This record gives sequence, C-alpha cells and structure tokens, in this order.
Amino acid sequence: MAEFFTVTVLISVFASGVRFATPYLLAALGETLGQRSGVLNLGVEGVMLLGGFMAYWTVLETGSRLLGVLVGLAVGLVMGAVYAVVTLVFKAEQGISGIGIYLFGLGMSELLFEKLVGTSRKIPSFRDVRIPVLGDIKWIGDIFFNHSPIVYFAVLLVPALAYLLNRTTFGLNVRAVGENPEAADSLGVSVNRVRGITILLGNGLAGLGGAALAIQVGQFQNNITNGIGFIAVALVYFGAWRPVGVLAGSLLYGLVAATVARWKVMEIVTGSAASFTTMAPALLTVLALAVIARRSANAPAALTVPFSRGG
Amino acid sequence: MKNTSNRKALVAICAILGLFAAACGSDGESAGGDGDGIRIAIVAPSAENDLAFTQSIVDGTNNLTGVKEIARSPGLFLVDDAAAALRDYADDGFDLVIGHGSQYGAVIQEIAPDFPDTAFAWGTASDTFGLPNVSAYTAAADQGGYALGALAATKGSTIGIVGPVEVGDAKLYIDGFTMGAEAGGAAVATSYIDSFSDVQLASETASAFADSGVEVMTGTAQMTVGAIGVAEETGLAWFGTQSNQASAAADGVVVASQVYKWEVALQGLVDDIAAGSLGGQSYEINLANGGLAIEWGVGTENGDDQAILDAAIDDIIAGNITTR
Repeated sequence: MAEFFTVTVLISVFASGVRFATPYLLAALGETLGQRSGVLNLGVEGVMLLGGFMAYWTVLETGSRLLGVLVGLAVGLVMGAVYAVVTLVFKAEQGISGIGIYLFGLGMSELLFEKLVGTSRKIPSFRDVRIPVLGDIKWIGDIFFNHSPIVYFAVLLVPALAYLLNRTTFGLNVRAVGENPEAADSLGVSVNRVRGITILLGNGLAGLGGAALAIQVGQFQNNITNGIGFIAVALVYFGAWRPVGVLAGSLLYGLVAATVARWKVMEIVTGSAASFTTMAPALLTVLALAVIARRSANAPAALTVPFSRGG
Repeated sequence: MKNTSNRKALVAICAILGLFAAACGSDGESAGGDGDGIRIAIVAPSAENDLAFTQSIVDGTNNLTGVKEIARSPGLFLVDDAAAALRDYADDGFDLVIGHGSQYGAVIQEIAPDFPDTAFAWGTASDTFGLPNVSAYTAAADQGGYALGALAATKGSTIGIVGPVEVGDAKLYIDGFTMGAEAGGAAVATSYIDSFSDVQLASETASAFADSGVEVMTGTAQMTVGAIGVAEETGLAWFGTQSNQASAAADGVVVASQVYKWEVALQGLVDDIAAGSLGGQSYEINLANGGLAIEWGVGTENGDDQAILDAAIDDIIAGNITTR
C-alpha cells in the first residue's frame, strides 16, 4: 500500500479520476437542467450511446474530433426534440418514455455500428492541453490543468449552469416551472416552452457526454456506456439538483473508480478483495445519497408531473 | 377535451411502442450456410462484432460445411432472455441450437429434454449433463496463452494484463499467458476489472498499467478494445485472444492473437447430426487439433518470433510443458 501513496501515483490517480468523471458530469449536468424544470429523463443512457456512436463514426470518417463532438451534441438535440414531443405534447409518462428512449438508443447504436463500421477501429483520442501558468502549479497543475478541452468544457459548464439557474430570468423560470408550474403559468411563463428548452439542452449534453466517452476511449463497442447514463441520473440526486453538487458527485465517483483501478493494477488488492472493491464507486455514491442528499434541497415538487393548463 | 387527451395518450403509447420495436428489432438474423444441410441457431451474450468471444463463434460457424442456415441472436447476456431464444429456436425446428456462453448451461439442461429430436450444444464447458442430445465444447485457451506469453516476454520485461471476470476461458488464457511470460523471465501483473463490457474502465486500467511502466499488454473479452487503444497511444505491444484483434489498432500494435477455430469442434457435431446422431459428446479445441491458431498482426510476422512460437507450441503439444 505504501507504494500507492507516492506523489507520482497519486497525481496520476487524481488526474485519471477527473478524466473518468467527465462523461458522467456532462450527462448529469444535462439531467440536472431537465429535472429542475420538472422533467425526468431515464433515457440519458440511450442518448449517450447514440451520440457516442455518431461522434465515433464522424471521427472515423473525417478525422475531426471537433466535428465528432458537434455531431454528438446534435444527436442529443435531436433526441431531445423527440423526447420533448413525447412528454410535453403527448404527455406520456416520463419514466416509461425515458426507458423507450434508452432502448431506442441502445438498439439503434448497435445497428448503426454493425452496418456502418463492422468491427471496432481506433480513432484519434482527445489530446491533452496544458493550461499555461495554471498547469505549472505543483501537483495541482498535473491533476486539473493538463486535460483535454472536453474536460475543461465540462468543468466550466458547472459555474455557467449554476449562474444560469440562479442568476438569470430563464433560470428563475426553470425553477418556478419545476416547483409549481401552475403558478408559473399564471404569471405568464410558458411552461412547455421552458421545459422544451431544458429537455433539448439536457439531451444535448447527454449526447455530448457520449461523444466525450467514445472519443476519450478512442473506440466504440456496443453498450460502451455500460450504465453511465443511469449513474448520471443518480448523481443528480446526489448533488441535490445543484451543478456544484453534481460536480462533487462525479469527481467522487471518478476518483474512487480510478483508485480501485490503480489498486488492482498495483496488486494492492487481489482475489475476492479486488472484486469487493469494484463495488466501491457505486456503494459510496449510494451511501452519500443516503447521508448527504437528505440534508439538501428536496427534489423539484413538479418532477415527472406533466403540465396541462386548466388541470 | 377528454377525447383529445385520450387521442394524445394513444399516440404517445404508439410512439413509445414504436421506439421499443425499433430498439428491439428482429429476434435475430439468418445468414450463412452453403445451401444444403442442417439448420443451426446460435444464442450469444455479446455483439457479433465484439472482436472477442461472440465473434469467434460467428466466424467459426460461418466456416462450417453441411449447413444450410445459420440464425443468430447476439447480445443476450441475461440468461432468461437467452432461455426464451433457445426454446424458440428449438420450437422453430432448428437442428442444432447453440448456447455460446457458460452461463447458459442450466437452461440448456432444462430445455434439452423438452426437445429430444433437437441437438443442443453449449460452451465453453465440458458437461453434457448425461443428456444424449447435449454436447459441450471448450477451448484450451491456456495453451495459446502460454505460447503468446513466451513470445511477449521477448518484447518486454514487464507485462500488464487487463482481465474481465476471473472465470472460464478468460482465466485459463490469463493463467497460461502468465506462465509463459514468467517462464520467459518477464514480470506480470493482472487486473480483473470485473466486467466483460466496461470499455472505459478497461481503458483507464490500461492507462494505469502504462503509467506503471509496463512494456507489453494483453487481455480478453470485448472490453479490451479500450485497452488496445491505450496500447496504441502509448506505444505498447498488445497480444489478443479469441479473435484476431489486429483491426482494432494501427498496424503493428497487435503483435499476434490466439484465434478460436470453433469449426474444428463443431464440424464433427454437424456431420453427426446430418448422419442421424444428436451429439452427447464433449469437444475441446486446442493447439494439437488446430482449433487454436496463432495469427499475426499486420506487419508483425517475422522468422525469429515464429521460431519462438513454434518451439513453445511444439513443447505444449508434446506434453513437455504443462499450461494449467
């Protein structure tokens, strides 16, 4: 164990944790926005898969990672439009329709992968960019300021989203619609319009999360997300529907996963102990949910409740 | 107002069902076969193009003769889903129904007696449950693993292995590889990530190995594509198994792969079925019978490495080396 607590190893593990957390963070921030407006989306996983595959295929065909990221975002927006129609226009039950989106994304990404690619081929991954000055800070620089642009974007999205929700009129409308849509409607706020925008943006971020994962790994495989979308939904609860809380949850999850991976590589844990530690990220998240989330803000009062003017 | 709401709800339900249908698609697809012979159905736990376990059975059955139709239902990791597919195929009159996954044994044992005129096969395993219409097949993955490990030891003195779950042919391969590498003087570290499909975790595990200074890596199961990507980016050599993994990375990254030739085991079963028998035997693919083959990556084949492999393989076949 002593060999784990060296500066080199710890920096590497923390940096890996930040990288690990990025797809979770993007998807969870998107889900936070949607849930604050009262819309639950259990289809995040499916959107990530479809966005991830299309981003992967774009990079495979064009060599452009930026284009791949933009395509992933666009796929998320399209899926968001579909989800918005299903939940806002047709007022379908959000849990069920979200699962439908998930299954659609899962199946369609598999079909497209089989037909357009066949077997997995390597694409160029993101290149790390060292931030001048900040990247030179001892230890902290290597942990936080030597990552790919998508990591920086995800982290910067946290204060941006917090500002949007807490300091802008649109954010006020989002919160109002999520807590009491009838009251918001009576004050002239278009509930469905606000929810439509948050659904679009939220799914866009989910697609972006899938793109981040696929390009970060540099490969695609069926069901590559392996549950990231569902964990992202849990992280929203962990973070008490606040972007900073979601960031903390994502980093905790990523750090624990990276630590466990390194312990296994260094054979600090072996055999059945190693298998037990595999549960650690999920266990810690559940424990934190039970302890921390209870003390924080409650869920938006109108979460999963469709709005109809006049009842 | 209520009629409008009901219509909207109905349309919403139809839309959701449509999404479900699009996602689920057909039960499986039919392909392969040379036009005359028996009908084979395969149920497998992962994708046909996973460059690993399921792809090996797809490639193997595509090489069979005496087969007029091959139906496949991949991606059925959950045993209950696979059981339904296996039973459906037997109901549909397929001559040979294959459950390609060690988790399918119990359901094969349960279903086979209900269809006494249908041949069943499952792997990787050796237990036929004493049933006359159940055959089993397995791979001596440790043999090819040992040979690759011996070669890997000449490519680097420190080796990292990214493993899935410590069971079945994955464990056999890794244990054999470790023995061969250590016999060649290399130090080997293994990390089982406890998942067959977590590509991101495999990638991060491989990155951790790369950070710790390994020079060569290997692994097994479909999640290894993540690790292979790291091998390419960090300039490490990769050794593959189950299928030829050369296409997953740039030329030269994948040095060699142990490839499962399931047709070596299954052709005899196909011929028996065509002759009126339903199997009831256990088969193994290994180096001696050609069921395990070592295939080179792109641009990696050379005389010296071939000699090392040949020496190891000859010793294994002759029984001079114990690989498990």
